[in-house]
Amino acid sequence: MRADDDAHIAVPDPESDPESPDPVLRLHGVGKEFFGTSVLRDIDLTLLPGQVHALVGENGAGKSTLMKIVAGVHRPDTGAIELDGAPVSFPTPLDAQQAGVATVFQEFNLLPDRSVAENVYLGREPLLRGLVDRRRLHADTSHLLDDLGLTSITPWARVGSLSVAQQQVVEIVKAVSYDARIISMDEPTAALAEQEVALLYELIGRLRDRGVAILYVSHRLQEIYDLADTITVLKDGNHMLTAPAAEVSPDRLVRTMVGRDFAGFFPDKPADTVPTDTVPGEVPGEVPGEVRLALEGAGNQMVDDIDLEVRAGEIVALAGLQGSGRTEIAHGVFGIAPFTRGRMTVDGQPVHVRTPRQGVRHRLALVTEDRKSEGLALGQSVLANARLVLDAVLPRASDRRARGIPGVLRSLAVPASTVASAQDVEVQYLSGGNQQKVVLAKWLVTEPRVIVLDEPTRGIDVGAKRAVYDLMRTLTAEGTAVLLISSELPEVVAMADRILVLRDGRIAGELPGGSEEEAIMALATGAA
Amino acid sequence: MTAGTGAGTKVGTGAGSARRHHLGSTEIVYLALVGILVIAGVLVAVRGGNLFAQGNVSYMLTQTSLLGFVAVGQTLVVLCRSLDLSVGYVVALCSLIGATTMAGDPSRVWLGVVAALAVAAGVGLVNGLIISALRVNAFIATLGMGLIVKGFLDTRFKGPEGEVPLAFQTFGYTRIGPVPVSTIVMLLVAAAAFVLLTRTRAGYHMFAVGGNLDVARLSGVRTGRTLVLAHVLCSLCAGVAGLLIAARFGTGNALVYSYGLDLDSIAAVVLGGTLLFGGRGSVVGTVGGVAILAVLDTAFNVLDVNPFFKDVLRGVIIIAAVALYARRQIDPASRRVRFGTKGSAARGGDVA
Repeated sequence: MRADDDAHIAVPDPESDPESPDPVLRLHGVGKEFFGTSVLRDIDLTLLPGQVHALVGENGAGKSTLMKIVAGVHRPDTGAIELDGAPVSFPTPLDAQQAGVATVFQEFNLLPDRSVAENVYLGREPLLRGLVDRRRLHADTSHLLDDLGLTSITPWARVGSLSVAQQQVVEIVKAVSYDARIISMDEPTAALAEQEVALLYELIGRLRDRGVAILYVSHRLQEIYDLADTITVLKDGNHMLTAPAAEVSPDRLVRTMVGRDFAGFFPDKPADTVPTDTVPGEVPGEVPGEVRLALEGAGNQMVDDIDLEVRAGEIVALAGLQGSGRTEIAHGVFGIAPFTRGRMTVDGQPVHVRTPRQGVRHRLALVTEDRKSEGLALGQSVLANARLVLDAVLPRASDRRARGIPGVLRSLAVPASTVASAQDVEVQYLSGGNQQKVVLAKWLVTEPRVIVLDEPTRGIDVGAKRAVYDLMRTLTAEGTAVLLISSELPEVVAMADRILVLRDGRIAGELPGGSEEEAIMALATGAA
Repeated sequence: MTAGTGAGTKVGTGAGSARRHHLGSTEIVYLALVGILVIAGVLVAVRGGNLFAQGNVSYMLTQTSLLGFVAVGQTLVVLCRSLDLSVGYVVALCSLIGATTMAGDPSRVWLGVVAALAVAAGVGLVNGLIISALRVNAFIATLGMGLIVKGFLDTRFKGPEGEVPLAFQTFGYTRIGPVPVSTIVMLLVAAAAFVLLTRTRAGYHMFAVGGNLDVARLSGVRTGRTLVLAHVLCSLCAGVAGLLIAARFGTGNALVYSYGLDLDSIAAVVLGGTLLFGGRGSVVGTVGGVAILAVLDTAFNVLDVNPFFKDVLRGVIIIAAVALYARRQIDPASRRVRFGTKGSAARGGDVA
């Protein structure tokens, strides 16, 4: 399967190139099977010191498995790992860590109730006469933080009191404290806002300068081009391509990952539903334009003075930095943290949504940003999850409407085998993309008038992203109003009819769809 | 995702720096203790008594020691996100083993102490191994272990047995001023546990195991060993409590298990601000929790409250206290409020 693309040999072979440094880590022909299913085949990977190596591919392409092999969580069934030219094996993650191979996983591996220092040196606390030497513990951590230019973090700060970005940084500091020469990061920016990403970029730059080899997994193309020296693409467990980042165009990259051109990545708006003008009342007759959801001066403890309208067939995006109040608006609309001021109308009727249950009754739907903890009962079947809202809120209609679930799942491009066994397959065993489709199905069967999508494409593969975009187009074509919250500006720009930019809990401005990303950022950061 | 990723770089957006000092849960425990002392003192005074008379104070302190030993041990396992429901039975078992081994012979006192503690440690070891190696839920594992011990006690011992020499009974009765020796020993044990938790690797690792088992394991913490150690120490503390019972009664007594020390100790731990889900808490808080319960008991006794109603009050107070903590355990960093309930007037200046 990789025979059709031998670009993977394009990486300079260190043996033949005297200029390039010796690789710190090499994987030769690594393969892995789970329960007889091959998930990785014949992977070669070479990490050089002081280089950022991006690992990309759709979910299910084998990136996570490969990372876990490097991290010592899984052991490869075939192939070999070489560290500094000598064959090694990592029976446990700890062995990998102690050999200088650290991994920063997506889920934070920190103790929120302990201090930064206690977290960084957990398991290796310095001792003085048998007791923990707290002075040295703090001094060492301080030293480490200063070394990496992280002056904003103090060793004794409780990790739970830090921002998400700072926590991420603490995790990387912990890796550095093991004298890691290889640090792999699994989507480190997934939970970060734009301005926090800068902190991470800076740190990665410093690590690179120190000669650390970085294996970087990300779904965000921009990041890959910002950071990576070399890109490796996996697809369906096969090694598709390894090449210097400068030699791979984004189009080719996406094509290699999914066999699709980047140009057609976002589905176009169907011509007949595009409002030709955003001014209310001037919408052409055939366009379903009545206001589905409206807020007037809505506010609570986190947001204030929110005026917005979402019309039938319209996608309105809420953009802004993390913490700017985007999610809080969604929570206000859906009754999770209700608005305490202002008016809200659904289909022109004033409503008071105090609980999510009332929200569902008003035919609102909210796809939350954290699907694992807020969107799904992971240990239950696909069908049970898809029926969850129906059974809870609309019990009389649930059996009838649940019959539509397989169709909805199919329309979302959930694999036929999963649809067929929807009653048995537990959601936790699905890929992130398919999990998200189950969440979407759960809401679609309630036939919402307004659907709020909070980061609907976070951490899902390119194929699933496309399915979400297609769904948004289908929904608007059917007259549903869509409120989209997203940190991915290309997504906001391409999908939304109108973009409301939030800053510090207020609407900082409105932009039409297709605006420049720079204009959105300027409003969001207050530069405008 | 624009080229200008650096735009608006605010490195260090965290809340860590300029936060007001919030009352820690330990401080609240002691504030509550003072509050309860004041209220109880006033109530007793209204009835013409004196809660702080020497007799009452030493009763109060005596009450703290028995539960104190058990609760200090319980703190360690709760911090590890575990639980020990067998402590009540271990107390009874150890009182009997201590008393029957001593058999009234002063020269066998040490033998009795060692035997009781060895058995206690053994029970804790088995508890810990069942939980960590067999992966049995701690609730079930220690409940089962408690039943096993109970069955053994009920079949083997019919009523009080053994005899504690007078020399050892001093552990139960001697006082220095109003302060019983047993309370001092309890405080020493608590101090040892405090040092364990705040100054030793084992203690740090208990917090880690309770906070997040995977994090602990991935950081090289020997999680199983840590959990077993916590259970052994917890049982040892219960063993000491058993010896105290023997010293007070002069004999061992199986019926001690009906004192409800298991649940009381958990109540004291939680009252002391330790998270029932592990990872956060302190021995100092637990001692405060024990003291609160002791003050309540003393006050109820002095006020001659109906014993059944006493339990109702205890229950209400425990639930109320924990409900209070639960409100506070929402992280202040994640609860920052941008706008008051009145609306926007509070903010000014930065206009878009």
